[in-house]
Amino acid sequence: MFSQIFAITGVNLKSIPERWGPSLVIVIGLAGVVAVFTALLAMSEGFSSTLAATGSRDIALVMRGGSEVEVNSALGRDEVDLIKLAPGIRKGSDGKPLASGEVLVIGELTKKGDPTNSANITVRGVEPAGFVLRPKLKVVEGRMFKPGLRELIVGRGVARQYDNAAVGRTIRMRGSEWNVVGVFESGDAHESELWTDTGVAQTSFGRNGYSSVLAALESEKSIKTLEAALKADPRLNVDVVTQQTYFSAQTKQFRDTIGALAVVVTAIMALGAIFAALNTMYAAVATRAKEIATLRALGFGGLPVLVSVMLEALVLSLVGGLIGALIAYVLFNNVSVSTLGANFTQVVFAFKVTPALVGMGLVIAVAVGFIGGLLPSIRAARMPVTTALRAG
Amino acid sequence: MTKTGFVIANLFRKKTRTSLTMLSIITAFLLFGLLQSVNALFNAGADYLGTARLITQARVSFTQPLPLRMRQEIEGVPGVEAVTQSQWFGGVWQGKDQLIALAVDPMRFHQVYPEWDLAEAQWKQFADTRTAMVAGRKVADQYGWKVGQKVPISSNIFPMKNGSKDWTFDLVGIVDGRDQEWKDKATQVWINHAYFDEENQFGSGSGGIYLIKLKNPDDAQKVARIIDAKFENSPDETKTQTEKDWNLGFVKQIGDIGLIVRWILFAVFFTLLLVVGNTMAQSMRERVPEMAVLKTLGFSDGSVLGFVMAETVALCAFGGLAGLALATVAAIAIQHTGIPLPLRVDWHVWGLGVAAILLLSLAVGLLPALRAKRLKIVDALAGR
Repeated sequence: MFSQIFAITGVNLKSIPERWGPSLVIVIGLAGVVAVFTALLAMSEGFSSTLAATGSRDIALVMRGGSEVEVNSALGRDEVDLIKLAPGIRKGSDGKPLASGEVLVIGELTKKGDPTNSANITVRGVEPAGFVLRPKLKVVEGRMFKPGLRELIVGRGVARQYDNAAVGRTIRMRGSEWNVVGVFESGDAHESELWTDTGVAQTSFGRNGYSSVLAALESEKSIKTLEAALKADPRLNVDVVTQQTYFSAQTKQFRDTIGALAVVVTAIMALGAIFAALNTMYAAVATRAKEIATLRALGFGGLPVLVSVMLEALVLSLVGGLIGALIAYVLFNNVSVSTLGANFTQVVFAFKVTPALVGMGLVIAVAVGFIGGLLPSIRAARMPVTTALRAG
Repeated sequence: MTKTGFVIANLFRKKTRTSLTMLSIITAFLLFGLLQSVNALFNAGADYLGTARLITQARVSFTQPLPLRMRQEIEGVPGVEAVTQSQWFGGVWQGKDQLIALAVDPMRFHQVYPEWDLAEAQWKQFADTRTAMVAGRKVADQYGWKVGQKVPISSNIFPMKNGSKDWTFDLVGIVDGRDQEWKDKATQVWINHAYFDEENQFGSGSGGIYLIKLKNPDDAQKVARIIDAKFENSPDETKTQTEKDWNLGFVKQIGDIGLIVRWILFAVFFTLLLVVGNTMAQSMRERVPEMAVLKTLGFSDGSVLGFVMAETVALCAFGGLAGLALATVAAIAIQHTGIPLPLRVDWHVWGLGVAAILLLSLAVGLLPALRAKRLKIVDALAGR
């Protein structure tokens, strides 16, 4: 029987080039489904991995109680001093707590090529410890800002997408000029930010205090010690989370939204593709009715005919799926886009077409091929030999 | 048999194929309708806001509050009818739902937005009660708020003087829109700025952004320039835009997602074109001898072309309209699930849909129809 299956399937597949038109419908239909599916999820994947790269489990973020995101939070100078002295925070090489009091303000820049529309960009004032806490961050062009001067270093993502975010340019904020002196890379969400010195940010934006404190923990478990100590202090009302918890909470909503969109769009498109596949395979069976009947008359069984039609549908779908994944990869992989993040500022991230996504796309393609091939193959197997021979 | 009857009979000759093709057109237009309405959210959005209002924000960012003293200066600009401050409160309902809560000057707000419907007595109560708030019909219904009730709202930005972030307001009125578009938009909560200003810990004197009603919408650009010039080179430089541009800028911040939606549309449409196109071509190939017979019987080249085109148009129109209808229903269903996505498959989307149907019929029908028209009877009958 297997030899029968091989024989018929071989004939079917080899004859595909003779009837490219109809077969192409399945291939293109599924290429569309898989390309859309992969592209949407690659966007969600890219956003998540950008934020996930920012979050570390042994670094704590302290904000005012109930703030949820840094931009809402405000801490006074006394509060920040108290927080830095709390137990559980690792000491730096200079014996001081390894913690950075940071100020987050929002500035606006215009997108390259679209000068009428401005987008919110995070401006972050950091203390020297802030750089120790983010070892991945490297200035790749120009130099570091000098504390006390209105100088900025800009993230690679911002530099790529927005006007004036380049070394030697000036950015105007709150009636004063800021010189861009460097571009940095960090491989995470900070690449969407402008950085300066905490003190300068405070004076220039009329802030007396800070937004948050970022602190290195002695170990992953020290988060509990730190939290207990800060909660017990009646002078403070703060929330303590690990950096990882903070960022994964921010990705959840985006993931959910894009995930839901991907499921709905893919489901509807897959349905359309199933109809198209059914159409094509029915037509394929119909045009070959005489051929199939001849095979049956020669003694080939019904099952080999059924399997051969199924296999043809599956092979075509798989080819379509692969082309779709390839299209998604070529068009979208590493394409840099930006959207609004939790701080109400832009997060620049790149699409990530991962092998897992491609795998899922191909599974969908094969499933559609299976459903689309099933009914026509049953019809082919059940075709009464005599009528089919006469019909042609 | 009439010509129409002939076309219909031809369509149903292969029931499986016709219904399958129809179903793929329906799914494609269902998707088209939904994606277009998402697309519309990103592009137009705020058409009905018009240009009769300006919004002044801090040049650096709208999150940087402008000082309250600026209100008087803006009021003095010729062409300005009314001005209110509007401060984002960061309101949170029951620890989880983010509210659109704004602190405004009640009577000034009423002047700037005559579109919001509320009894004059209630506007007055809003202004005279320190702890008053008014809520849009939609949000009040959603959380079951009743007039006269005390509503606890916490702020994720502003603590009160006593350090607590849990504020309580007296609901004195439920605001509705004066027409359907405004009714749909009644999702905000407004609190009395005077109370907010004196009770919040960060100190008083900040106004947030300014909402400005113009005497004459044609003056928008001129007034905007005068206001921005007034505050140039101060620490509180301003940026003044029409309300429409301001909202549009807001939506654009969500970024490149609109672009991606267009990509998806393109992929769907391309796929669809090939599926339907191929089906039509196939059904034509099978009927070459029939066309020849028709011509032999004396049907002109033109009417044979007409038959084929009519078949395609019927198939596309039927499937397309059904798909758009489904999308309309689906959008309404999405509204009812409470997902905060104001999807509406309106006449605009329908218009685009009908255009797409016409384009599709032309694209897939023209080639087979022309082929049928040019058919030589002798060749066709001989099977060449």
